[in-house]
Amino acid sequence: MTVKTATGAAAPMPKAGSSGKKGFWPWLNKRLPVDKFLADQVTEYYAPKNFNVWYFFGSLALVVLVLQLVTGIFLTMFYKPGEATAFDSVQFIMREVDWGWLIRYLHSTGASFFFIVVYLHMFRAFLYGSYKAPRELLWLIGMLVYLALMAEAFMGYVLPWGNMSFWGAQVIVNLFGTIPGIGPDLVLWIRGDYGIADSTLNRFFSLHVAAVPLALLGLVALHLVALHEVGSNNPDGIEIKEKVGADGKPLDGIPFHPYYTVKDFVGIAVFLVLLAVVVFFVPNFGGLFLEAPNYEPANPLSTPEHIAPVWYFTPYYAILRAVPDQRLGALLMAIAVAAFLFVPWLDRSPVKSMRYRGWMSRGALAVFVVSFIALGYLGLQPAEGLYVMLARVFAALYFAFFFLMPIYTKLDPVKPVPERVVYHAH
Amino acid sequence: MADHAGVAGGDEVDLDRRKFLTRATIATGAVGAAFATVPFIESWSPSERARAAGAPVTFDLSKLDPGQMAIPVWRRQPIYVVRRTPDMVARIAGHDADLKDPESLHSDQPPYARNTLRSRTAEFLVLVGICTHLGCLPKQRFAAGELYPSWPGGFFCPCHGSRFDLAGRVFDGSPASINLRVPPYSYPQEHLLVVGADEKGAA
Repeated sequence: MTVKTATGAAAPMPKAGSSGKKGFWPWLNKRLPVDKFLADQVTEYYAPKNFNVWYFFGSLALVVLVLQLVTGIFLTMFYKPGEATAFDSVQFIMREVDWGWLIRYLHSTGASFFFIVVYLHMFRAFLYGSYKAPRELLWLIGMLVYLALMAEAFMGYVLPWGNMSFWGAQVIVNLFGTIPGIGPDLVLWIRGDYGIADSTLNRFFSLHVAAVPLALLGLVALHLVALHEVGSNNPDGIEIKEKVGADGKPLDGIPFHPYYTVKDFVGIAVFLVLLAVVVFFVPNFGGLFLEAPNYEPANPLSTPEHIAPVWYFTPYYAILRAVPDQRLGALLMAIAVAAFLFVPWLDRSPVKSMRYRGWMSRGALAVFVVSFIALGYLGLQPAEGLYVMLARVFAALYFAFFFLMPIYTKLDPVKPVPERVVYHAH
Repeated sequence: MADHAGVAGGDEVDLDRRKFLTRATIATGAVGAAFATVPFIESWSPSERARAAGAPVTFDLSKLDPGQMAIPVWRRQPIYVVRRTPDMVARIAGHDADLKDPESLHSDQPPYARNTLRSRTAEFLVLVGICTHLGCLPKQRFAAGELYPSWPGGFFCPCHGSRFDLAGRVFDGSPASINLRVPPYSYPQEHLLVVGADEKGAA
């Protein structure tokens, strides 16, 4: 390949580098470390060879993130924020934009699938102690991703400006009003008006499409950097870096590519089938993914008979409602979310994985999972009678899981952990 | 280049001086950065337009029959204006023991509404129609026994089950902790209610 000089004569291309290699790829790598990056992070990044089905959900979360970004960008092309236009523009997307219904259902279903994937991803960490040293910071960054995701989902639910959007915003924003002293002024500041109004909708739109997604992308990048620094945990909770071969590679590790890229594609295929089933056949998912009152425009003078958030917030909502005092309820709800942040330091078990833990840790995790699901169910039910009593019982169990963790993980009769990971070739 | 050696006293670096200058630069920059956030934070306050729309509203009380409730809107909040009958007023007494704050000591109301009936006059009750729990609209359940046999009449919030009597006082066992709020209001003329302004001026 040649370029012309000013006189029209052929001149040789400048050399790519001192190595003498020619061509685009060496030229590029001299300027951008593509090969080095791929080798460090993908083709020569060693992951434990004993990953199981629970290890699908990290890569699936990335897939949903991309799905939400792409569908979100397209929805923003048609959606018009504002009290007078928001609801109509969503109906416009659903009825008049070609394929608009698909893009919107992908986005609304994607939100619920995001939480399914993230909850399973978090459960995996509890199952195998993935938050324990040296992965505390990895867990903390992951929890920040979860918090950002909750903010993103909440504000996204306000945008269609249906009646549940409005009243959901009313209830959640008023939670800030329970903060002593600054509460009422803070609520006024968040809304930008004396009620949930045009100003509130517009700022939530800005946060939902720009600020929080940017924060999410940054946090996800940090999560991956931290993961690749410490390396993945595995179902045995054994550090593979401690047993390396003569070549310096972990004996129980295999390169991420091609082994886990291929595995993850299988997970992605199954995931997309399930997503498609919901999107095409049950996009509302019986009122769990999209609630009936949201098919009516926002009405500040008419509260829906029964306000419930979308399913992924209902465990916390049940805790909020279980307390007959708004300030204490809001505080307990905040603690219920924040408790996850302290897990790396609450867990005193000498082993990571449940495979080698005793009945106490296993039983506590089982109780927690049951409590979380039960609270999720109760948060969808009216706050009366037996439901409230049950919510109190399960809320107590929920908190016991976290706050008794330093005790039961210490008393727990653990089993000896093997030297190498348990792996049966297929 | 100037000769630094003479200035700094030989070849030695004055680390204390450098540390001081570094810290002073960081502190000055931080103060500047903090001030720079003010316009962004204040941009979220209610706009001039929102504040203008929040001006006091008037309501003609002669439109209201005894036992009825009207819901004018002030500052995007429904205002519950109830014309209480003598029977309704009588049903406000007798259940103080079941209330969280019967004397309205911890609740939010102007001084002229800090009384048992929580109003300027016994006849008209003026409340902010927003549940003090988390902001839903309590529904009117004025008839005695409407919710349960001993129910003296009042308001019921469908969201989380808070209950209030006919003076807007919250019952024990409700998630709401304080009584329904009373907005500033006044009667400049007979039959004329102004919400948002009283002797102290506009809210």
